[in-house]
Amino acid sequence: MMHKEEFCQIRDNGVWHQNTSLVQILGLCPLLAVTANLVNGVMLSLATIVVMAIANVAVASLRNWIPHEIRIPVFILIVAALVTVVDLSFNAMFHDLYLVLGIFIPLIVTNCIVLARVEAFANKNPPLQSLFDGVFMGVGMLWTLALLGGLRELIGAGTLFSGIEMVIPGLQPLKLFSADYPGFLLAILPPGAFILLGCLIAWKNWIEARSAAAQHVRSSPTAA
Amino acid sequence: MSAPLKTPTAAAMAVRTAVILLIFVLIFTSLLAGAYFWTKPAIEAAAAVEKMKLIGEVLPREVYDHSESELLNNTVTLPPSPALGNEDSSIAYRATRAGRVSALVFEAIAPDGYSGKIRLLLAVAADGSLLGVRVTQHKETPGLGDYIEPRKDKNKERPWITQFDRLSLATVSDAQWRVKKDGGRFDSLAGATVTPRAVVKCVHKALKYVAEHRAALFDVTTEAVK
Repeated sequence: MMHKEEFCQIRDNGVWHQNTSLVQILGLCPLLAVTANLVNGVMLSLATIVVMAIANVAVASLRNWIPHEIRIPVFILIVAALVTVVDLSFNAMFHDLYLVLGIFIPLIVTNCIVLARVEAFANKNPPLQSLFDGVFMGVGMLWTLALLGGLRELIGAGTLFSGIEMVIPGLQPLKLFSADYPGFLLAILPPGAFILLGCLIAWKNWIEARSAAAQHVRSSPTAA
Repeated sequence: MSAPLKTPTAAAMAVRTAVILLIFVLIFTSLLAGAYFWTKPAIEAAAAVEKMKLIGEVLPREVYDHSESELLNNTVTLPPSPALGNEDSSIAYRATRAGRVSALVFEAIAPDGYSGKIRLLLAVAADGSLLGVRVTQHKETPGLGDYIEPRKDKNKERPWITQFDRLSLATVSDAQWRVKKDGGRFDSLAGATVTPRAVVKCVHKALKYVAEHRAALFDVTTEAVK
């Protein structure tokens, strides 16, 4: 089946080393549109995880029957059909959840991450590995979009979790600054998303550079 | 290893690829069609429940003595009219009590909101008075003009939109169908008068429309207003 090492590698790649938003820089359109607050960022990521896991398993199971020359149209066909099926089934079976997540499912169409993972991973790997790849790529997107959405919301409007009452009735958004906080419009607008995303990428690279330097010192004691 | 493998010709390759693509298209299109027909009844039921929830906000339950599904089936078609702001024909739901039409539920659209159209749902009783008004869709400025929606209104005990309850053309004169700033009787919040002005005007026009087409609207036998 699957070794623990392989699983850990897929997990670390998805969540950190190949993070969709910070390393592959994929799916910027939904990222800009949706991360004006934390709740929307998390909800879009959850919808993407579901679609990506299903699409990866479907392509990995069919990969031996898909001719190399026409793989892209076939992938698009599979992904588009699955997004629509997920959309319809959510609407029919989990209607309350659909009212919250529903508007995000069509947004996945603008997201190239799904197609990218199908082409780069599921096309060459067995279904189980592809399932984990889809889920953990989604988890990587989830924490990044949550962080970005939270920062933009906090800086832009001084609140956190606005819109949570639509997901979990009874909960109230947090107001972290005083009521007369004027807000900072730039953070809410798309340019603010670009600037903050740039800061997050710099932060990730800084952490990696630091840990690489620390490893270098440890492995060659003479240099110290 | 009996016969040596022949390299396929370009034409054979193209045909083979096309057939495989066709098979994939057929499989996934039928998957889509299957999912559509399988989920259709559940989605329609959920949509009806939602529609009923919205209607329930403007139409008190005691106004009619039949089931809710009967209410959704007893309709009258309203042709496009500037008084209602509908560009395509829309439908009005007819509530009846003891065989007589007791109320009408229909949609009216205010074309002149601060940013785009404001869609309203109104319930009008047989005596011409308003049972309730709700905003179903709008793009007014968040935090400024969106108090027309009770969910966003800071006044939770008496939301702005409930001012219309029980009013009719008979009790409020034409000149009074304006916001206070324009000399009428309706409240508005400072800094956001365009939005309530559009809503008041729209409700007034809708009531006039009902008065004008009273005979057809409140007769159980008509199916469409001419």
